[in-house]
Amino acid sequence: MTSAGSYCCLERSSWRLQLWYALLHHPSTLFLNLTELTDQQKEFQEVARKFAREEIVPAAPSYDRSGEYPFPLIKRAWELGLMNGHIPEDCGGMGLGIFDACLITEELAFGCTGVQTAIEANSLGQMPVIIAGNDAQKKKYLGRMTEEPLMCAYCVTEPGAGSDVAGIKTRAVKKGDEYVVNGQKMWITNGGKANWYFLLARTDPDPKCPASKAFTGFIVEADTPGVQPGRKELNMGQRSSDTRGITFEDVKIPKENVLIGEGAGFKIAMGAFDKTRPPVAAGATGLAQRALEEATKYALERKTFGKFIAEHQAVSFLLAEMAMKVELARMAYQRAAWEVDQGRRNTYYASIAKAFAGDIANQCAADAVQIFGGNGFNSEYPVEKLMRDAKIYQIYEGTAQIQRLIISREHLGKFKQ
Amino acid sequence: CFAPFLCLRPPQIRVKPDRTGVVTDGVKHSMNPFCEIAVEEAVKLKEKKLVKEVVAVSCGPQQVQETIRTALAMGADRGIHVEVSGKDYETLGPLQVSKIFAALAKKEQADLIILGKQAIDDDCNQTGQMTAALLDWPQGTFASEVTLEADKLKVVREIDGGLETIKIKLPAVVTADLRLNTPRYATLPNIMKAKKKKIVNVKPADLGVDVSSRLEVLKVDEPPQRQSGVKVETVHDLVEKLKEAGRI
Repeated sequence: MTSAGSYCCLERSSWRLQLWYALLHHPSTLFLNLTELTDQQKEFQEVARKFAREEIVPAAPSYDRSGEYPFPLIKRAWELGLMNGHIPEDCGGMGLGIFDACLITEELAFGCTGVQTAIEANSLGQMPVIIAGNDAQKKKYLGRMTEEPLMCAYCVTEPGAGSDVAGIKTRAVKKGDEYVVNGQKMWITNGGKANWYFLLARTDPDPKCPASKAFTGFIVEADTPGVQPGRKELNMGQRSSDTRGITFEDVKIPKENVLIGEGAGFKIAMGAFDKTRPPVAAGATGLAQRALEEATKYALERKTFGKFIAEHQAVSFLLAEMAMKVELARMAYQRAAWEVDQGRRNTYYASIAKAFAGDIANQCAADAVQIFGGNGFNSEYPVEKLMRDAKIYQIYEGTAQIQRLIISREHLGKFKQ
Repeated sequence: CFAPFLCLRPPQIRVKPDRTGVVTDGVKHSMNPFCEIAVEEAVKLKEKKLVKEVVAVSCGPQQVQETIRTALAMGADRGIHVEVSGKDYETLGPLQVSKIFAALAKKEQADLIILGKQAIDDDCNQTGQMTAALLDWPQGTFASEVTLEADKLKVVREIDGGLETIKIKLPAVVTADLRLNTPRYATLPNIMKAKKKKIVNVKPADLGVDVSSRLEVLKVDEPPQRQSGVKVETVHDLVEKLKEAGRI
């Protein structure tokens, strides 16, 4: 009896202890500073907002129609310091945290997500170098980005492998002091405009070798012989962004351009996502915000059955739900960005933010078209572009399904502890 | 020197219930557009190495520090915040501001004062002219072009009849008109650098200026509601109606 009794007591108290421990260490109790941005953050946001609304918004429709690369806008953004925010200060950058970068990204995306994706691809390409590059690599490849408006790209996806990064087939074979790369990449943003690429290739041919050791990350100069960008792909949306397939035919990469070392590539490629998913979520939120504002403006102008359509509950309820989604998406990406800026692993929050923002961007864009009615379907009004642009947010940077895989894994993992 | 202005987004302009003014609570304050142009011109002169230092000045409550920071981010070297808040701020008008600017100009030994031609909340168009008068300095107002020629300033002014070019001796006061330049954006690196630039706090009393107003606002009213018109069928009816109303 004694041993059974004391055993029960121990279990109960240890459960209480665990709960108390969990509550004490739950990050939400430590989540401060959400309500007020710092003065500097507000100023950054102001510049980005002004640039987006005054320069990107008017130019976006024609770039969307022509598919032309919006280099003048990108150059302007670069001059204003709205690009390459993550580059460390000793390489000529501003060393901004992910939170600040997200604030800027949301504002630019409001203007046009095609333009913003072209700009964001720079951050994605640079991130492996920022987190894993040695001093020489950082100075060389990040330094040049702050000296002139150059683009870079993140080269991982292949025609046969997107979500299944471990399934990529591009091979890098060591020959003396170089690696010779052969393979095919696809859907590379800035593929035809990049000055250099971050490339993930398989260095260990043994199929039994685990993903964590089989791949290597390289920096490849775009003008290396054998690098062949394909044609600019014609996509549903974000049409001003340059997306291409790239063929690597006997491309020689010096060993100095290996990030960390052979076999370290997979972890670097995945590590970059924790820092780039919040900005992508911010981009989707910017699009959703645009949808909400355009729909609201229209609903206060258009009359039906003797009233402004905003006064009909069917429409005002749609707007309310759009507003709910936008606010929550914003909070989600801000949380994910804040977590990683605090030095914590933010995979769980980053995936939640990206999954949620991608989904609501699509919902809000579609609802905006609905509120515009027949006009919404027409290319003279801005919302059909939003619907076309929104779709990719459920696909790139980790599909909606992959995000759910990650979230469930993280959630169950936490629960089992 | 510049004044912050009230950013009013129509159609939300509302007269206060006590009819002493317009509701300003919760309205975002930002730099007067003409003053932005003035800051830009000053920074341009510095870039051409024609002036040594650009000092941005603003009078008002704590919030004006944000506008001074914007000026610093655009390229001004340092800022002076003349603190006027509460009731004093509500009654602060061009005469008091000019007195403050005149006192500061003497203290700082300024050679040139550039400000916006008018603030877009009150449209007074008086501060520049009054400041020049108080200092007994020449003035070039409504400037659409400013060129420094040795110790003289050539100012092209936008006037009702067209453009007038004048030459004035320094020190002088210039007020900026719309076409003087296109203000630059504050770039993000400059915003970060601006944080290290100094803003000094000063009180009007320190400058020997009394900010009490000689003016009393009796009332502020909204413009009369537009009356709906009447439709008539024929020109004859129109003439009859106009006669009835005593208009013809």
